[in-house]
Amino acid sequence: MNYRRTFFITTCLAFGFAFLYIPILSMVVFSFNASKLVTVWDSANSPTLKWYYSLLHNEEILDAAWISLKVAVINASGAVILGTLAGFGLARFEQFRGRFTLNAMTTAPLVMPEVITGLSMLLLFVAMEQWIGWPAGRGITTMTIGHMTFSMAYVTVVVQSRMATFDIALEEAAMDLGARPVKVFFLITLPIIFPAILSGWLLAFTLSWDDLVISSFTSGPGASTLPMVVFSKVRLGVSPEINVLATLTIAVVTVVIVGVSLWLTRAGKLAEAAAAEAARAAAAE
Amino acid sequence: MRPPPPLSKVGISGRGLVVALPYLWLLLFFVVPFVIVLKISFSDVDLAIPPYKPLLEWVGQNSLAIKLNLNNYAFLFTDALYVHAFLNSVKVAFISTVLCLLIGYPIAYGIARATPTTRNLLLLLVVLPFWTSLLLRVYAWIGLLKANGVINNVLLALGVIHEPLNMLYTPFAMYVGIVYSYLPFLILPLYANLEKMDWQLLEAAEDLGCRPWQAFYKITLPLSRNGILAGSMLVFIPAVGEFVIPALLGGPNALMIGRVLWDEFFSNRAWPVASAVAILLLILLVPFMMWYQSVQARESASAR
Repeated sequence: MNYRRTFFITTCLAFGFAFLYIPILSMVVFSFNASKLVTVWDSANSPTLKWYYSLLHNEEILDAAWISLKVAVINASGAVILGTLAGFGLARFEQFRGRFTLNAMTTAPLVMPEVITGLSMLLLFVAMEQWIGWPAGRGITTMTIGHMTFSMAYVTVVVQSRMATFDIALEEAAMDLGARPVKVFFLITLPIIFPAILSGWLLAFTLSWDDLVISSFTSGPGASTLPMVVFSKVRLGVSPEINVLATLTIAVVTVVIVGVSLWLTRAGKLAEAAAAEAARAAAAE
Repeated sequence: MRPPPPLSKVGISGRGLVVALPYLWLLLFFVVPFVIVLKISFSDVDLAIPPYKPLLEWVGQNSLAIKLNLNNYAFLFTDALYVHAFLNSVKVAFISTVLCLLIGYPIAYGIARATPTTRNLLLLLVVLPFWTSLLLRVYAWIGLLKANGVINNVLLALGVIHEPLNMLYTPFAMYVGIVYSYLPFLILPLYANLEKMDWQLLEAAEDLGCRPWQAFYKITLPLSRNGILAGSMLVFIPAVGEFVIPALLGGPNALMIGRVLWDEFFSNRAWPVASAVAILLLILLVPFMMWYQSVQARESASAR
């Protein structure tokens, strides 16, 4: 590449990443500001941890965080099972009845505006309650079902794209040696696509933990998630405690994502090597 | 035809079991709800729980009447507010998509042409904000844009301006919020496309006398068409129905259809009207969703 082009691209990258990161850094910096005005730096009393202290003693936020955590964990676990099955089916079975529909149903939630998904889920739950009496009222259960429906679509995409780069000879080798399909899935396929499943779980967890719109529609009285509480606070303007919450979120996300991606790169290579080794050994017998 | 993959030896029953669970789940919780939305969009508002009247009614002894109320739709088409909200949403989403492309394309290009180590680091930097709550990242802009916010404070201190600029609760703030939030959705598919590019084509064109910009315009841009389309759809479609960003940054006059739907539902308890808004929005967006799916199908076919 010539010098002028490199210069242009580097400048774009620098500005682009500044745009992405300045808002995030500003929340981190001002979370240590003593002033209640948040963005006006009180140099006499800052930096301080007083808003950290007050956040960790804010019952409303802690209760909401606990509800969000429960919903996010159940959602992620359910979405991983449904999404892995769908992603596996779409990647492995070239033709089956309903393939087109399944593909469309797992693509649409990725782009569907959340207000539409949220409204339609709620109307379904209301109608089901009228017809069969379940779910009685709305709360954690209905929210979790709502979250699972859209986050399983993301898991499907992740698993499906991992399956596309998968060396099919490994499965074939085991099959030829007489292993039953279910056994092949658990001994060969699952360990190899495990990194994708883990990423899918984390993605589903995050989508649920962050969701405001679908939760607002499908939740009921007494079941407010963290984003719902944050939204009602933020509508009134900036709040020092929200900056603290953002800083803690960013810290956890950074540690988990960087840690997992480092570990996955290593584990992915090891798993592939081990499976290839097993297949070679089996073929040599 | 490729030989069928080995697991298909399981036969129909085994395959069926694998896909049946996600299939039925999505059918029940994703497709059926739209039928109900359609149904309720034709019903009357009622002061009851739930706040709408049934479509089927017993009239007299043995006759069942279906009453389709078209007033909700008529109302949406005649009231200038709704028409304006629809048009404005499409306009805002379109301009935001173009802005995302202008900012995102050089970034995706830069990442695709970086050395493998730098590339992984840059990708991680694009993905990280995506994992952090959207709500909190939009909230960060309130602190940056408000009258005594960071941007005004910096500009005042530098002497560039003498009075704080009015930025928060304006269309400008809304565009900044949407572009900021959706940028990673555009960069990632575009990067995935550019990563597969054969850069020797570019060198060949330049050896044959093409200027760098010409080579970009004639080779890179057309070859990355699918990446551009996929990324643009991932921004445009959800942005049309966006609620959080206009509600937090756009101020009371930011008329976006997602916000109208929200207010009809939560403030006015007008479930049938909200349903009619959802149906019209869906009719508007379904062609784009189908386009997105066909672009995706082409992309994965070309990857094989």
